[in-house]
This record gives sequence, C-alpha cells and structure tokens, in this order.
Amino acid sequence: MSDPRIKAVAIGASAGGVQALLQILPSLPARYPLPVLVVVHVPPDRSNALVPLFQSKCQVEVKEAEDKEPALAGVVYFAPSDYHLLVEADGSLSLSSDELVNHSRPSIDVLLESSADAFGPALAGVVLTGANCDGALGLRAILDAGGVAVVEDPETAYASMMPAAALRACPSADVMKLDAIAPYLLSLGTA
Amino acid sequence: MRDGVDDLEIGLLLEALYHRYHYDFRHYARASIKRRLIQAREQLHLSSISAMQDSLLHDPSTLPRLLDYLTVQVSEMFRDPSYFRAMRETVLPHLRTYPSLKVWIAGCSHGEELYSLAILFREEGLDQRTVFYATDINPTALRAAEAGIYPLEQVRKFTANHQKSGAKSSLSDYYAADYGRAVFDKTLRSRVVFSDHSLVTDAVFAEMHLISCRNVLIYFDRPLQDRAIGLFRDSLARKGFLGLGSKESLRFSKHDAAFSDFVRDEKIYQRAEP
Repeated sequence: MSDPRIKAVAIGASAGGVQALLQILPSLPARYPLPVLVVVHVPPDRSNALVPLFQSKCQVEVKEAEDKEPALAGVVYFAPSDYHLLVEADGSLSLSSDELVNHSRPSIDVLLESSADAFGPALAGVVLTGANCDGALGLRAILDAGGVAVVEDPETAYASMMPAAALRACPSADVMKLDAIAPYLLSLGTA
Repeated sequence: MRDGVDDLEIGLLLEALYHRYHYDFRHYARASIKRRLIQAREQLHLSSISAMQDSLLHDPSTLPRLLDYLTVQVSEMFRDPSYFRAMRETVLPHLRTYPSLKVWIAGCSHGEELYSLAILFREEGLDQRTVFYATDINPTALRAAEAGIYPLEQVRKFTANHQKSGAKSSLSDYYAADYGRAVFDKTLRSRVVFSDHSLVTDAVFAEMHLISCRNVLIYFDRPLQDRAIGLFRDSLARKGFLGLGSKESLRFSKHDAAFSDFVRDEKIYQRAEP
C-alpha cells in the first residue's frame, strides 16, 4: 500500500467526525512525513475546543490553519470555524469567508477541490462519516487530478450518507473501515 | 494530471481585466478567485474562461456581472460580536477624547459592517462628531451599501449579534420592515461618504482615527497584503486603530513593527509611535 508519490493528505468529516478522527490522528507519529489538512463540520460554538482536544491526544503537531502559511510535513491543520480552507498552487494555505458551500463553512468540497488543484496526483483525499453530501465533488476532483481517493465504508460509518455520496461520485475510490485508515495513512509518503 | 490550461486562462483573464478596466485582481489569492471564476463561467453559461475573456472585452454588460462574482463577500451585521464589544468597551473610550473623528470601512461590500459601526457610534454618543468613509471597488456593492436594505430573514441573526455586542438599544430602532426587507434608517448614513477606492491601486485619502477592514486581506496574496497594510499605516493618525478579521493578522507583515496589539484576541491594533 506504500505510495511515495503522495505529498499531502486532505480529510473531510461531518457527523461523528470528531470520534472518527480520534481513531486516526493520534496514530500519526510526531515526524509524520506529510501535511494533513482537515475540515470537520462542528457547530460554531464548539469549534474552539477542536484543536486543543486533538493537541492533547496527538503526537503530531496540531494547529488551526492560518492564512497564507505554508503547509508543512508533520503538521495537522484544522480549518477554522466559519472559514473555508483552501490550498494555493505554491502549497500555502488560504482562508476565505465566501458563501456557504453545501450549507457549510468550512466546506469539505472547497478544501478537496483546491487541494486537488494544488497537489494534483500527489494528494490522498479521505471522506469520513457524515450526514450530508459535502466532499463528494471534491473527492471526484482529486481522482480527476490523478490523486488517491479513500472513503470510509458507509456500511460501518457512524453516518453513512456522506461516504455513500462520495462513493457514488467516485466508484473507483478505496473503501476502508475506520480502523484501516490510520494504517493506510502511515503507509503513505514512505519509500 | 493538473489542468494547467484553466490556470493559464485565468491569468490571461485577470490581465485583460486590469489592462482594459483597471481592476487589478492579479495579486488576489488564486485558489478562491479560481472557484469564483469557475462558478461565474457556469452561471453565465460560457464554455471556457477564454470565452469569458472574450465577453469581458467585447460586451460591456459582462464587467459588472463578473465583478459581482469576484468581489461580493457575504457578511452580517455585528459579525463576531466580541469584536464590536471590544470596540465599544476598549477603543471608543480612547476615540471619545477627540473632538472629531474619521472612520474608514475599507472593502465595505454591502455595508453590513458600516451600519454596525454607525449604530455602535450612535449608541455611544459619538456619531455626531464622526465622518465615516465606506469604500469598495465594486460600484454595485457601494450602491447596495448606500441603500442599506437587507432581507428580513437575515435580521434575526443581526439582532442576536447586536445584543451580544453589548447593545444599548434595540436593532429594530434602526430599521423599518417592508415586504420582507429591513430598510435601515437613512440618518445612519447622513455622515457617511461612499466612495470607489482600491486597496490595490489607490492611495491615502484622509487621516483616520479608526480603520476597520475585516475579511478583505485574506483574499490577497502576501505582497498585496503588505501594500494594503502599508496604506493603513500611512492613513492612520498617531495612535489610531486598525481592526482586522478574526483570522487576519499583522504577524507576518513587514509593517508589523508599525503597530502594537491593542485587543489581541479581536485583532485590533494601534498605530505605534513613529
């Protein structure tokens, strides 16, 4: 499963997403060789707790994405509440307060589509549990750009709608149960 | 493979927009410009970004439509109520010591922030000594700001935000409901100058005591952010204030040293002594 082409990981999660990410991100080592970009839909009043929660559980550095900062290996960047997170062609991050996409800001599609644009075939995109359809078009864009698409198995996901929609848009995506996703991410970026 | 043709076409379109109409988006953060242009291409039923460029150069009605895609931000009144609370409790006590005040809302879009500040200044008794400058590059947005009309369904959120800002009055004191719209009191804009101004290409036009420019700089690349922040530095009176959006910062700017943190968590800065 090793895939040394991959230079970045982008993950989208919605309902049940915090619990799912708690089964993935704490497995990453402090010197994880890739940047990890994350959009998770959470109510705005609870969003400030997200980064501290993951900081306390993870070995890898976890931070809120800041406008125009470079995306560095070994860092997990969470989209701030009420802003879209995008990746620029030079690999730096940018934020926008554009209108909601799929009723969401941050939107998973916005992250995945701009990441696909920036990283092309060097991107692995992951769509986890959720009760909406955000992320499906973004994952499609990743495949179209030659990247790798991973979908949490809708059969076992906390909420099946979002991974099922992603799978409909990307029938060739790799379907994985939640406990297989961390080992997969660990295999990336190593020769 | 990455579709480099789109990116090439976008670069050419932005050059055309600049050379033909002097709207300079060339140093806007490209990822969100690209999203907006693709959305515009779809909604204007054009086959490509190049077709959009053709239309832009030869059909005068395309420019205003394209500008709406490229510029209009969605906002709300008293967005981030804690920012306005900090203005009320921490900044206005300083501004109160001046006999006359100039306030610049840079990138005012449809005017939500302008009316928020105008209401705040009225509640705090500073409105009669203040001139507000509301600027934007989009003439359609400026006209909307000048009209001060918002959908009534948004006003519930505006009202909740206003209350959280430490309101001393009711937002309903400032608008009349009319067929699903909230029409804001025209006396709120009796001391407002609406003007076309670009942070990209225009210069200082007055000496300000407060500049509020929120969620505008995130759309710029770093060099353009520096230009705009330099313009704010040169526009501010000694010890004047600059308020940015909650995810904007001077930390990475080359003009960082010209400002000090005033209310750090709210991204309110003060012009340092020269």
